[in-house]
Amino acid sequence: MDLFEHQAKELFAEYGIPVPRGIVAHTVEEARAAAEELTGRVVVKAQVKTGGRGKAGGVKVADDAADAERKATDILGMDIKGHTVHKVLIEEASNIAEEYYFSFLLDRANRTFLAICSAAGGMDIEEVAHNTPEKVAKVPVSPITGVDRAKAREIAVAGGLPERSIEGAAELIEKLWAAFVDEDATLVEVNPMILSADGQVKALDGKVTLDDNASFRQPEHEAYADKAAEDPLEAAAKAKDLNYVKLDGNVGIIGNGAGLVMSTLDVVAYAGEAFPGQPKPANFLDIGGGASAEVMAAGLEIILSDPSVKSIFVNVFGGITACDAVANGIVSAFQLLESRGEAITRPLVVRLDGNNALLGRQILADAKLPGVELVDTMDDAAKRAAELAAVGA
Amino acid sequence: MAIWLTENSKIIVQGMTGGEGTKHTRRMLASGAKVVGGVNARKAGTTHEGLPVFATVAEAMAATGADVSVVFVPPAFTKDAVKEAIDAAIPLCVVITEGVPVHDTTEFWAYAAEKGNATRIIGPNCPGIASPGASNAGIIPADITSAGRIGLVSKSGTLTYQLMYELRDFGFSTAVGIGGDPVIGTTHIDALAAFQDDPGTDAIVMIGEIGGDAEERAAAYIEKHVSKPVVAYVAGFTAPEGKTMGHAGAIVSGSAGTAQAKKEALEKVGVRVGKTPSETARLMREIMQSR
Repeated sequence: MDLFEHQAKELFAEYGIPVPRGIVAHTVEEARAAAEELTGRVVVKAQVKTGGRGKAGGVKVADDAADAERKATDILGMDIKGHTVHKVLIEEASNIAEEYYFSFLLDRANRTFLAICSAAGGMDIEEVAHNTPEKVAKVPVSPITGVDRAKAREIAVAGGLPERSIEGAAELIEKLWAAFVDEDATLVEVNPMILSADGQVKALDGKVTLDDNASFRQPEHEAYADKAAEDPLEAAAKAKDLNYVKLDGNVGIIGNGAGLVMSTLDVVAYAGEAFPGQPKPANFLDIGGGASAEVMAAGLEIILSDPSVKSIFVNVFGGITACDAVANGIVSAFQLLESRGEAITRPLVVRLDGNNALLGRQILADAKLPGVELVDTMDDAAKRAAELAAVGA
Repeated sequence: MAIWLTENSKIIVQGMTGGEGTKHTRRMLASGAKVVGGVNARKAGTTHEGLPVFATVAEAMAATGADVSVVFVPPAFTKDAVKEAIDAAIPLCVVITEGVPVHDTTEFWAYAAEKGNATRIIGPNCPGIASPGASNAGIIPADITSAGRIGLVSKSGTLTYQLMYELRDFGFSTAVGIGGDPVIGTTHIDALAAFQDDPGTDAIVMIGEIGGDAEERAAAYIEKHVSKPVVAYVAGFTAPEGKTMGHAGAIVSGSAGTAQAKKEALEKVGVRVGKTPSETARLMREIMQSR
């Protein structure tokens, strides 16, 4: 889960990391009130979970409260790379002497953590990294020994920070490491980390990604979830413990195993190219390697509640759960949904392969479920599902 | 012949007495794998599924001569379970558990490295490793394929089963599911190297998916070190940016980790990449038939 800047800074503050004073505003009135409370010059910053917001005009300095209201009017509702701005952070303006870059992140390739530090921070850090990589220090950090003050100093020095900033930066880096570890983050980024005119090193921006797998020991992270931005279907699926991602096509997809479902999306998209309107997958839905009747029913229910779905492709490989059990699962899912008055009116293409495939297909054929077609191979089934979606559209 | 798991492998199950542990211990036994015991400190001294339960991995190894551990314990306890296996220096530790925090995986990986990598870790969030006809450590269905001379390494469980099934007439030396987490123990490259050296493997199927750059690094490795034919499949061409697709590691971040980039990297070094799993199986079929 990615955090908004203001959430990241609230988290930083808990760890004693210096951040500018700021207030979140959802309306222009709130923005004005926030600026009045902070007094003096403020910065109006769009709160969106994407980079490049400064270059897109989502960050503006305001001289006073009236100006902050005008700037907030410009920024609220703005679209930045497909993200609508629903709130702004009103923050006291800082007197910046220098801008640095700092982050801790997960280094997948080397299976360790990495500290990245540069004296050339700010909006152009990506170009700096690309054109002059020697200005960006990448220091591996062992998850066992971690970052103490000495290691933090070593990182700051490697990043080329000037002598007068080293101690302040090292203190900030050490605290940031505590946040990174204690919060189960996979990224904490501060760009810019600044040296203010009065000699203080501060986090002027904050980007944090938290590990969803750690939610069992980080119950307070639930409060960071952006419920308003959540797709209603994704929220409903999550409530049922289903692994679902809403996409923008019209072929509903159910499969077992993340890799097989990803593959199913691709195969359906390829097949769709041959049909009018080019049908595409409407969703990702992995019901897991087991594929029980209850989960199958819950999955079908979510997919049927998506009005854009014109046809459904159930793609199951019978491994741990053999195909006869999966077929029985589909039959009971139909009965379950019917008993709830939710008749399945859209065509359903089923491909069963693997253990007891013949038996599974026989069970489905005998059940004569309305609208259900059996196709033997994944490629042909994808074609048929795409064709049915094109007809239904 | 096979890699890492043979008919002589003796398997213990950490978390054998739990629901998943019990179910899959039965399945492994039914497939003919030599499961020799389980580990659960609170149930030490008892028997489960007719097998002795030990307090620690070290005790289980001392009593049974086990050289493989399969871990089914819940995510909150996985780090300690794997560290225990590392402390006992068991040669192979297969971590099936899904949902392990990445800080924990990174820590036990560093711990293994500190101890000189005496323990090979496969996973987490993986289906395990199967050498058809010889042994099976994990949850890969034993009965979908046969013994043969194809090696397979994959980030995905069900795609592994799909390919094993489609190519069941040729059969497999070993299939390794390395898992879909951002940090994993054994990588594509480790498996490619082992298959290259395995006299029982003629050709290799490699399955990747979006996220990270493991496939690109595997391509670079293949160019330099793998002379056996490799066919590949990559899932997730149509996955949207910034969304996690089921596996914790399966995410396209900005322009990094795309299926297209992985396919191009593999094709550039002469690996044939199937457009669908079935086409991938056909490509491998052609290679095996021409031998």
